[in-house]
Amino acid sequence: MKVLVLYAHPGQQHSITNAAMAKTAKTVEGVTFVDVYAEYPRHEIDIDQEQERLTSHDAVVFQFPLMWYSTPSLLKEWQDLVLEYGFAYGENGTNLKGKLWINAVTVGAPETAYGVDGHNKFSLSEMLRPLQATANLCQMPYLPPYTIFASLKLAGSAEMDAHVSGYKAMLEAMCADKFNVSAAEKQELIFAKDIAGLSTGASS
Amino acid sequence: MSGFLFQAFVYLAAAVIAVPIAKKLGLGSVLGYLIAGILIGPGIFGLVGSETQSIQHFAEFGVVMMLFIVGLELEPRALWGMRHRLLGLGGMQVSGTAAAVMAAGMVLGLGWTVALAVGLVFSLSSTAIVLQTLNEKGLMKSDGGQASFSVLLFQDIAVIPMLALVPLLALPELLDIIHHSGESGDHGSELSLVADLVGWQVALVTIGAIGVVIVGGIYLTRPLFRFIAASQLREMFIATALLLVIGIALLMTLVGLSPALGTFLAGVVLANSEYRHELESDIEPFKGLLLGLFFITVGAGINFTILFGDFITIIGLSIGLIVLKAAVFWCLALLFKLKGADKWLFTLGLAQAGEFGFVLLSFTVQNGVIPVELSQTLLLVVAISMLLTPLLFIAFDKLILPKLDQGQKREADEIDAKGVAIIAGTGRFGQIINRMLRGNGYETVVLDLSADTIDNMAKFGVKAFFGDASRPDLLHAAGLHDAELLVVAIDDHERALEIVKHARMERPKLHIVARARGRNHVYDLYAAGANDIIRETFDSAVRAGRSSLEAMGIHPHEAEKISQAFVKTDRQMLRRMASVYKPDTPLSENLEYVALAKEVMEEQDAAMRGSRGPHSGAHDRAWLPPGPARNLEKVIEE
Repeated sequence: MKVLVLYAHPGQQHSITNAAMAKTAKTVEGVTFVDVYAEYPRHEIDIDQEQERLTSHDAVVFQFPLMWYSTPSLLKEWQDLVLEYGFAYGENGTNLKGKLWINAVTVGAPETAYGVDGHNKFSLSEMLRPLQATANLCQMPYLPPYTIFASLKLAGSAEMDAHVSGYKAMLEAMCADKFNVSAAEKQELIFAKDIAGLSTGASS
Repeated sequence: MSGFLFQAFVYLAAAVIAVPIAKKLGLGSVLGYLIAGILIGPGIFGLVGSETQSIQHFAEFGVVMMLFIVGLELEPRALWGMRHRLLGLGGMQVSGTAAAVMAAGMVLGLGWTVALAVGLVFSLSSTAIVLQTLNEKGLMKSDGGQASFSVLLFQDIAVIPMLALVPLLALPELLDIIHHSGESGDHGSELSLVADLVGWQVALVTIGAIGVVIVGGIYLTRPLFRFIAASQLREMFIATALLLVIGIALLMTLVGLSPALGTFLAGVVLANSEYRHELESDIEPFKGLLLGLFFITVGAGINFTILFGDFITIIGLSIGLIVLKAAVFWCLALLFKLKGADKWLFTLGLAQAGEFGFVLLSFTVQNGVIPVELSQTLLLVVAISMLLTPLLFIAFDKLILPKLDQGQKREADEIDAKGVAIIAGTGRFGQIINRMLRGNGYETVVLDLSADTIDNMAKFGVKAFFGDASRPDLLHAAGLHDAELLVVAIDDHERALEIVKHARMERPKLHIVARARGRNHVYDLYAAGANDIIRETFDSAVRAGRSSLEAMGIHPHEAEKISQAFVKTDRQMLRRMASVYKPDTPLSENLEYVALAKEVMEEQDAAMRGSRGPHSGAHDRAWLPPGPARNLEKVIEE
């Protein structure tokens, strides 16, 4: 499986977790890594190039920090422009059919802030429904997000290191076709600790 | 000498006094000139006398110049598109009006030959008055204006066969008188290339002359104007333009064609030339003065003794003529489907007799077609009908236009609103602006001072006109009065300033985009009234700076944000430093300016450096982790 990582972070000079994730993702063999903000610093997205990237890969990983419960603005622009009618959906729009969509999200607040009883009133899965619906319209199987909560507080901790290496393991498993997609689909969220179990052929 | 000076003084003074007053009263310049002429003529103050006749012949040259300018504004393709109207509308108008007037003349008891001659004389309208008024009112491009122009152009052509036809109508008894008094032969001494030739030779020479105008216009004018432009002498250009017009008029006269027609043709040939605006602005003042002089002589030529001797008849004939001509025009307007305001403009505008009528009348008398007494009455009718024309235009403005459907008028406005952009200077800077505007379907008029640049651009299929945009008259010829946008893209700062100042004075609401070299030029251009002032190298330098930052390892998005912060603070600096700028002191000698510059540069550096640490720079107010560092724990606890 060929994996495309689309990394979107507008404030990389302040980033710790995402920077570490990006650094390690680049080293995985079989992964195409794209820093969207570096490629399009003035939001001048090359639609043809992006569509070509999508068609030549089997899975797309959107890696971003959650901003106002959504993607950074450039990634929204990317969706608006690249997922064209006739390409991603609508008549003859079947180019993305069957490709995996997975979000790799870092969340500043702790997990307790999410859910009906939490500070934010909604669960993270609910927050990400628009992306899930987008994947659905494009006939892309949608996997639950690979998530780390309280990423700011955990900066530099062992948990963060585990999240980064889990990210690496997940990407490696996907590239080697050893990622158990059907099992992953059943989860609410995917954490670093789940990766070993979701990788088939690995002793669990 | 003093006699000449006195005459010139009288004519100019009359015009200078009467025309502005007439314009102010909403009467139009033509009526102003006519009234000025009446006042100085023998009827009222008697300041000028019999010499008006010869001055009038001279002043008619204004019509020739006017048709040259009209031709310049009409591309060959547009002329070809007019051919049906020109021949159909023009032909039917001349024959229809001539027949109607002839019938009326016979009813009033004239013999058929005399009636036909009168019909021919009265079928012509006044090119001078109508075109001048249409231009003044900006109605030339309207449907009615175009139809009027087609008719006038056809009349110019029709004069030639008329001159051939008139001698055949001669009355034997009048010819006898002429032979006895020996008055004929006035025209025998004139130069002519075709006088002694037979029919086919005349045709050959005539076609040859027209060929000379067209081929010369296409192939010879460009190198000639290039040569003249190289001399850098303004008056040489004016002299060349005058030489061109007079030369063509002379050639046409020699082969027996209408000079107005010849220069019109030359104008059309040069309509695509890059020297068009230059030619137009050079000829324009001569045309205006000569036409004015012509109108004055028409006013001064009114013979009040004859007029008051038979006042009712002459006024009655004049009004009858206008009604009759208007009726013919009205029928033609219906036939050619002119609508609303255009129909009335066409009907009322052309209902007078014209300046060619004077020529044709004296020709008929010389050839013994019309008796002298009758011709004097008819001369008055021609003059009075011309005098009444401005009143008809006023009636059109005040009575007809307000009654017509407002919707139609608004529609016309919208078409006009598709504005033209004038671009002064088409070097490396201006040509990019031109391409961007043209590529998006906007019409541009590009001016440049260098004939070489214009030639080079032409090789790439880009059209530019020769001319110094800092000259007000050239800016006007290029269309300053109704342009939507003026881009001043020349690198000569002094000239750029002059252009901006002049354009702002003429058009307080025009949008002006100006190119500045450095900061001090920005201040000057701002004071002169430019809307958008673009420093020519600033944006490219910022981009080069951004590329350099990226090369040093700064993330492209970060580099972009730093550039934005730099541009923003620089603009603020520019504004702050304007307060200490002194136009007359070089920047490096203005100590106050230098001190402030150092201060704001440090601030600018700080604004950019801010991005190395959170919350210290202007552009760092985005994409930060929530809360200042000390509150981070608290936010997460919540």
